Amino acid sequence: MHHIYCPYCEETREEEEYSYTGEAHIERPKDPAAISDEAWGDYLFFRSNPRGIHHEMWYHAAGCRRYFNVTRNTQSYEIHETYKMGELPTVTAQVPTPAPKAAQQGEAS
Amino acid sequence: MSQVNRLATGGRIDRSKPMSFSFNGKTFQGFDGDTLASALLANGVGIVGRSFKYSRARGILGHGAEEPNALMQLHTGNAAVPNPRATQVELFDGLVSGSTNGWPSAEFDLMEWVGKIGGKFMPVGFYYKTFMAPQKMWMTYEKFIRKAAGFGKLSLEPDPDTYDKINAHCDVMVVGAGPAGLTAALEAGRSGKRVIIVDEQNEFGGTLLANNQTVDGVDAATWAEQATAQLEAMSNVLVMPRTTAFGYYDHNFVCALESRTDHIGPVSASGSRQRLHRIRAHQVILATGAIERPLVFGNNDLPGIMLANSVSTYINRYAVVPGNRCVIMTTNDSGYQTALDIQAAGRTVVAVVDSRHAPDGRLVQQAKAAGIEIMAGHGVIEAQGSKRVTGAIVAPLDAAGDTLTGPGKTLSCDLVAVAGGWSPVVHLSCHTGSRPVWQEDIAGFVPGPSIQNQHLAGAVTGDYKLSQALNAGVQAGAAAVGVESSHVFDCGDESEGAAQALYLIPHTKPISRAPKQFVDFQNDVTAAGIELAAREGFQSIEHVKRYTAMGFGTDQGKTGNVNGMAIVAKALNKSIAQTGTTIFRPAYTPVTFGALGGRDVGVLLDPARHTAMHPWHLANGAEFENVGQWKRPWYFPQQGETMQQTLNRECLAVRNSVGILDASTLGKIDIQGKDAREFLNRVYTNAWSKLAPGKCRYGLMLKEDGMIFDDGVTACLSDQHFLMTTTSGGAAAVLGWLELWHQTEWPELEVYFTSVTDQWATCSFAGPNSRKVLEKLCTDVDLSAEAMKFMDYREGTVAGIKARIFRISFTGELSFEVNVPADQGHYMWKKLMEAGEEFGITPYGTESMHVLRAEKGFIIAGQDTDGSMTPQDCLMGWAVSKTKSFSFLGERSFTRPDTARADRKQLVGLKPIDPTVVIPEGSQIVMDPNQPIPMDMMGHVTSSYWSECLGHGIAMGTVKSGSDRMGQTVYCPQADGRVLAAQICSPVFYDPKGDHHND
Repeated sequence: MHHIYCPYCEETREEEEYSYTGEAHIERPKDPAAISDEAWGDYLFFRSNPRGIHHEMWYHAAGCRRYFNVTRNTQSYEIHETYKMGELPTVTAQVPTPAPKAAQQGEAS
Repeated sequence: MSQVNRLATGGRIDRSKPMSFSFNGKTFQGFDGDTLASALLANGVGIVGRSFKYSRARGILGHGAEEPNALMQLHTGNAAVPNPRATQVELFDGLVSGSTNGWPSAEFDLMEWVGKIGGKFMPVGFYYKTFMAPQKMWMTYEKFIRKAAGFGKLSLEPDPDTYDKINAHCDVMVVGAGPAGLTAALEAGRSGKRVIIVDEQNEFGGTLLANNQTVDGVDAATWAEQATAQLEAMSNVLVMPRTTAFGYYDHNFVCALESRTDHIGPVSASGSRQRLHRIRAHQVILATGAIERPLVFGNNDLPGIMLANSVSTYINRYAVVPGNRCVIMTTNDSGYQTALDIQAAGRTVVAVVDSRHAPDGRLVQQAKAAGIEIMAGHGVIEAQGSKRVTGAIVAPLDAAGDTLTGPGKTLSCDLVAVAGGWSPVVHLSCHTGSRPVWQEDIAGFVPGPSIQNQHLAGAVTGDYKLSQALNAGVQAGAAAVGVESSHVFDCGDESEGAAQALYLIPHTKPISRAPKQFVDFQNDVTAAGIELAAREGFQSIEHVKRYTAMGFGTDQGKTGNVNGMAIVAKALNKSIAQTGTTIFRPAYTPVTFGALGGRDVGVLLDPARHTAMHPWHLANGAEFENVGQWKRPWYFPQQGETMQQTLNRECLAVRNSVGILDASTLGKIDIQGKDAREFLNRVYTNAWSKLAPGKCRYGLMLKEDGMIFDDGVTACLSDQHFLMTTTSGGAAAVLGWLELWHQTEWPELEVYFTSVTDQWATCSFAGPNSRKVLEKLCTDVDLSAEAMKFMDYREGTVAGIKARIFRISFTGELSFEVNVPADQGHYMWKKLMEAGEEFGITPYGTESMHVLRAEKGFIIAGQDTDGSMTPQDCLMGWAVSKTKSFSFLGERSFTRPDTARADRKQLVGLKPIDPTVVIPEGSQIVMDPNQPIPMDMMGHVTSSYWSECLGHGIAMGTVKSGSDRMGQTVYCPQADGRVLAAQICSPVFYDPKGDHHND
């Protein structure tokens, strides 16, 4: 049972309030008609499915109804951070520990 | 019967409160403070059950959660409880108990002879090897295996008790109220933070209750009482005895089962019997203690062979000595404490048999000084006896404990206390995925590293000294609340000699020939079985576990696992650290389904959603159908009607006059904002730019893969205000879908979504007379065919209520939908019924709605589609715009080779060749019914009904290249051998030109 901090509600709530909605940071191609079938297929069907650090979207369905991002370890279920749509993670597979606060603010958009 | 094994003084029982109880039909006496196990032992009851596989007589081994044998059948009738451990059942006056197995009785058991004779032929993996073939016979075998093997029996009557669930939050959760748990809770509690401490027993104190050391100058049990009183006095500390933390889940979520009335009577007189606590803690302190291990030797399962620490507990806590002449088999110093306890209780210690060659700890010296015979460098290789141990064969061992160095001799005894070392209770720490780590110096697994905010204290860390446990508790409690503590306990623990890591004591015969040497008592797993598994090639400990069943069942390997792993390791020539351990899953001890269900049973299992008109439906005899959580009228039978007769009547009423449907459950999403139109353009297949206010349009919603996922009519209320309807079951998913795209991809669009499903009640009435009905109630809207066309929307007043009126149709007839605020829906419905009376207005349910729409070839998303149907597959290419500038969701996928293929399954109508036939929904469709199996599957029937107005069965289905097969005959082979033939046709069976709804 995850305990998840909603960056919009600014509260930690039970998993029951949320639903998982797939991998984060997958951008819809700007002009779908212009890309190859293969590229479209990659967008549609292929996900990274890593063992370890994963950036994923959660939906606060029984709360504020906002989508947000979660950096979660798929092996240990540890949640390293949650962040709003449009922001970037500070914990990544390449940088497994959070960057200092100043850098975080620099990255956020 | 007198309590032959009860001591005259001592113990934590109340001799002034005698209690009468029955076991296997006989009546016995015990005292308040007894467990069922201590009371049985006090009365000299040896056999408490029969073993799982070999039906061997079994007695009580332990004194708590570790007990593998003494599973009980408690109470009678609807209160029957199967399989609690006698060691965890508190005695109450009138308790009715019995063994869970044994036929005709546990004392005299006929299956034992099967076990004895068949034992050699029932090796590990016996079931897999013997009952494999023929496969279809498995069901037959299984019935007999279950009968022969099972444990307790459930009552088949409804449970008379109620159960609760409760959520709790705390700063610090302490699991276990032994020495370490108590000091941890005291330390954390003093900080003022919220603390919850749970312990499975009725009394806090754990080992302190049976310990003869002193703490802070008072005896251990008194100190435990004082500490508990201090905790109870703290308003920030919740003290929960009789509460087992049975599961430890991610992010410090702990589930605990509180037994509230099990110790009072079979059924709770008032309130709930048990309560499930769902606790979210910032910090968790595991002070779960350790369990003593038995040793593996021949016939080590005979009644009268017990864990040494349990013998001491029965003596000190319950004033029960479970035997008269005791042999103690030990590999460490703790067995000597039991010898001293037995001697102090006035019974005979025949000998302490110690596998170590030169034991020299302080307890050893005390035992020597007390005149107790010590046989160093020896081991009990085999126990003798049939229903009770009568002797122990003792033989000299080499220093490693691997080999016998001389002949054995028999010691006469009626009790063998076994001290094989300790296993920290790592179960809870494992639940969150932490793998236990083998610690060579204590010959046991300790909790491994954890990512939880978790602290460990006491014996669970492999440190068994009382002072250390108390001090570790202080440290853990302080760390959990972020303070420093300097409080140090010194209980003057005796220095201990080193323990020997010994698990299996060798026999004069090889393991495969020796008398059965049990490892896992509950599952009847022997050393020979484990060795055989290793010999047969099982190398992974997880595989050995599954092949032998070691560590299965309610026992979860509490006493047997480490011994079993040691035997596997030896057979594979590896170390225990190398073979590793299986890990434990919740629940630590069994949890009743009642507690897991709590109040979420019966009508409270799932919330039911009712429409505003529900009372009318009930009063008028509707049969209901579940649609999601909605209760929708399915059909409205009149007296004496069959369901089909009802449907025929309802459908004809719609076709010939007027019928009325409660459509309130359709999802309704209010969409507003200056970019609402653009947003609709992107999520729907068709164009919305030019839809004028007052107009409605049917829309198809696709996933990005081009497949239909929902559909519905959306009305333009004003230029920046739309009302979208969705399928009843898809409302929440559609809202989530809209939010997803708006929030993640197109936040620049100014648009807002609000679910208004519950705010509006919807009456849909259809049929040639529907306009006449509405005209009687609505005077401020021109409802004429010229003024209000098909797919028009108007605001108006209906029966005096401000209403939204839609001229839309799901039946193919002239039809209106009126939305009014939900609290006036019931009134509106009644008014429509009154107004329609002269036309014979007929309420109809979802089933007739399905028939009517199928006659028109209208699909139901989710019934006629399954997530693999494009609009083109459903013959709805007309609903797909080819001129929108924005590439709407799913559009790009239309040109994927797989989506564009001509031989995809396509929606077709199916007209049965025999007009009286209704083809079962789900039937497979083939082209050649005589083709040998496996046939080429061409598709399946998705909707099928009897059409009263057409006078024949109708069906829709999906068929490969269906659009090119018009007029072809297809076949639907049935499970009963019939083959139903049908002709492929247009799915629009009724009024193909659409004249009726345009009237």
